[in-house]
Amino acid sequence: MLRRFGKFLNKELKALEETRTKIADGVYLTYLPARKFKTSLLSAQFVTPLRADSASVYALLPAVLRRGTVRYPDMGSLSAELDRLYGAQIDYTVRKKAENQCVGFIASFLDDSLVPGGERLLEPVSDLLGELICAPVTRSGRFLPEYVEGERSNLVDAIRGILNDKRDYAELRLLQEMCAGEPYGISRFGDEKTAERVSIQKLHACYASLLSSARLELFYSGSAAPERVQEALLNALSALPRENVRDPEMCRRHTPRREVLNVTDRLDVSQGKLGMGFSCGSDDFSALLLGNTLFGGSSNSKLFLNVREKLSLCYYASSVYHRQKGMITVSSGIEFQNYQRACDEILAQLCAVQEGRLEDWELEGARSTLLNAYASMGDSQGKLENFYLGQAATGQEETPEELASQVRETSAERIFAAMRTVTPDTVYFLKGKEAQAE
Amino acid sequence: MKETFYERIAESAWWETLPNGLRICVVPKPEHAKSYAFFATRYGGMDVRFRRDGAFADTPAGIAHYLEHKMFDTREGNALQELAKNGAEPNAFTSNALTGYYFDSTEHFEDNLKILLSFVSIPYFTEESVAKEQGIIGQEIRMIEDTPDWQVYTRLMHCLYRNSTGRISVAGSVESIREITAQTLYDCHRAFYTPSNMMLTVVGNVDPVHIVDLARSILPREGGPAVERDYGQEPMEIVQKETCEKMEVSMPQFLLGYKCAPAADGEEYLRAQIVGDLACELLLGESSPLYLRLYDQGLVNGSFGSTFEMMPGIAYLYAGGDSRDTAAVAAEIQKEADRMVREGIDPAYYERVRRSSFGETLRELNSFENIAVSLTEGYFHGYDAFRFPQVFDTVAMDDVAAFLRENLRPERAALSQILPQA
Repeated sequence: MLRRFGKFLNKELKALEETRTKIADGVYLTYLPARKFKTSLLSAQFVTPLRADSASVYALLPAVLRRGTVRYPDMGSLSAELDRLYGAQIDYTVRKKAENQCVGFIASFLDDSLVPGGERLLEPVSDLLGELICAPVTRSGRFLPEYVEGERSNLVDAIRGILNDKRDYAELRLLQEMCAGEPYGISRFGDEKTAERVSIQKLHACYASLLSSARLELFYSGSAAPERVQEALLNALSALPRENVRDPEMCRRHTPRREVLNVTDRLDVSQGKLGMGFSCGSDDFSALLLGNTLFGGSSNSKLFLNVREKLSLCYYASSVYHRQKGMITVSSGIEFQNYQRACDEILAQLCAVQEGRLEDWELEGARSTLLNAYASMGDSQGKLENFYLGQAATGQEETPEELASQVRETSAERIFAAMRTVTPDTVYFLKGKEAQAE
Repeated sequence: MKETFYERIAESAWWETLPNGLRICVVPKPEHAKSYAFFATRYGGMDVRFRRDGAFADTPAGIAHYLEHKMFDTREGNALQELAKNGAEPNAFTSNALTGYYFDSTEHFEDNLKILLSFVSIPYFTEESVAKEQGIIGQEIRMIEDTPDWQVYTRLMHCLYRNSTGRISVAGSVESIREITAQTLYDCHRAFYTPSNMMLTVVGNVDPVHIVDLARSILPREGGPAVERDYGQEPMEIVQKETCEKMEVSMPQFLLGYKCAPAADGEEYLRAQIVGDLACELLLGESSPLYLRLYDQGLVNGSFGSTFEMMPGIAYLYAGGDSRDTAAVAAEIQKEADRMVREGIDPAYYERVRRSSFGETLRELNSFENIAVSLTEGYFHGYDAFRFPQVFDTVAMDDVAAFLRENLRPERAALSQILPQA
């Protein structure tokens, strides 16, 4: 049973500060007070290592749990209860944070101040969340086979369905090839073959392991006092059997390739998708973050201004910095025959950042883009939850304010030096079938 | 300037109309770090035919969207970089009946707003810069052509509509945009980007009086004549029952659409939207008996969804997603609509869905963008979007039943499908 920790005695908490408290064995509550939203957000996320043989099982689990609880044994009765709670929503989530997989539920419900008749929604929604986690509907102690089969088939469809959005597909394929053999190359849903073969036994084993030993991260954003939130959640999760709780997996950096890997796929498409992966030798986080923003991280970046605006080669060309892996990836959609021009131009723009060839406004522009993003994070409950989950799953403790001050203090020289350690690793190209290509 | 407090949604708004006809709305959000500006014109992908110098003239499909791309060019260079210096990333979108430009920022908001208002009101194109954009928009069109969601929707619109310009793709085609020149862009800007055809909405921690003063000092003194548009006379009959295309997709995808009666502008427009939304929820929503049954049978999955949309002169309801058996799902939807019309709606179920829809609409007010877009659309259609609780109160179950009876008829339905390649 759940052993309770932590009492809110700290005076600061009375002033409704953001806090992260261990409230039970391996259970942390990130409390984010806010009165400015129409809704409250409540999230419960289990953090477990991303592994090829278990990723689809953990991806399947919240979908099966979402089908019904002891008290609300099917989606119809669950929906009716959520409707009654003024259109409260509880969605299951499956996310990848560095080399961890995070699975659980996010609930969103009207803030107390807006509920007609002053009904309180935090407690009933917490209870429902707790039931989805701890009290699934079962028959002879097993998940209902029809739920498992239905959701397994939905999961397989979702994995296959990544193909439908060619940009997502190309980005996934780049990561698979670049990080082959590393957990980071695994999709958040796992792979089709493993998903097809998940048995009820395996699902139960993973469920038991998740409940007892995976880190549980809870998040709340809304107007309720911290004591009330903690109480509601501890009550809702009182049946959680905790033992031997593991810490989240530490992420291993990408092993850079000596020679660039080139991969080409062919599909019946009218636009080509180019993906380029780079390894970063430096671990100067804020310098690489700024360097990536200059390179392709905003609509004022070198990739946008040159590959798109100057050469008209594409509609989108952008880059992402993967902090924990020490990687940068670029994604763009181009005409098939412009492959070489686009590759050359992307490399030329990387080189420009490495050599510090910037116009006056570019560095301050990149810096203020990032500062604006950090400063406005508190205006979105979804962004806050996603940010703090990422921090918790990777063992980071900085707040957005602290990251902003790191960004403020990073000199141009540090940025150029860090970007000079960025080297090409993998190039992926999705092109048309033979007949229509070139 | 007038402040209105909307008690039931805990929002307030400051309203003003400048002498040049520009409508301004400021929604104060003192507790937020960012402020958001949305500057929009009542001009979109369906406004391709309008009266110019006395006679109706046609413009190329995709021109409103093309103009949106080119508005960021300024005589000095590009507004993107101007705003970038202040950490604001501006963006824009073009829908069927509206083009909107926006940014949010936590610093230098008023400076950024000045830049936004000037680049949208002062066009600067050259033949060279217009030609250069062909490549970029051409790739945007290629991208959406490879997107099954876009294909299935566009093909449905072609089944439902014969004449309405709502059937035209907002981005146009690679062919149609070749006809666009600097001169056609200037002509369309002059016709549609007049203050009297536009609205500015600001949501955030700002002083409403400052915002109005700023707009007054930057925008032209004169408004402009109202533009008469021709959206095409649309009969209630559909064009064809079915369309089917093969693409590189993992499983079949479909949309079943119903051609519905359009609504007049004014508060009636908002009311019609609410009735249509409720009909969607009751028939096809996540707690509807139909959805639950189809989900249990594995005929639909989480991708299933439905919506009711209105544009000038047209309205339609559609539902769809991925399915192994698209034809079976389409038949089940029609059967359930017929059953609801025949047996009536269960009052307890209606009450539940009504309550949930109300909560859902409130939730949408968390987003500054949703606030700004709905206030703007409301203004362009002659209603105040913040009055939705009051209008919601006037809707009765019989209205929804009548909507279903009138619109969810087999002869008004068309099915669009995308199938995997063999």
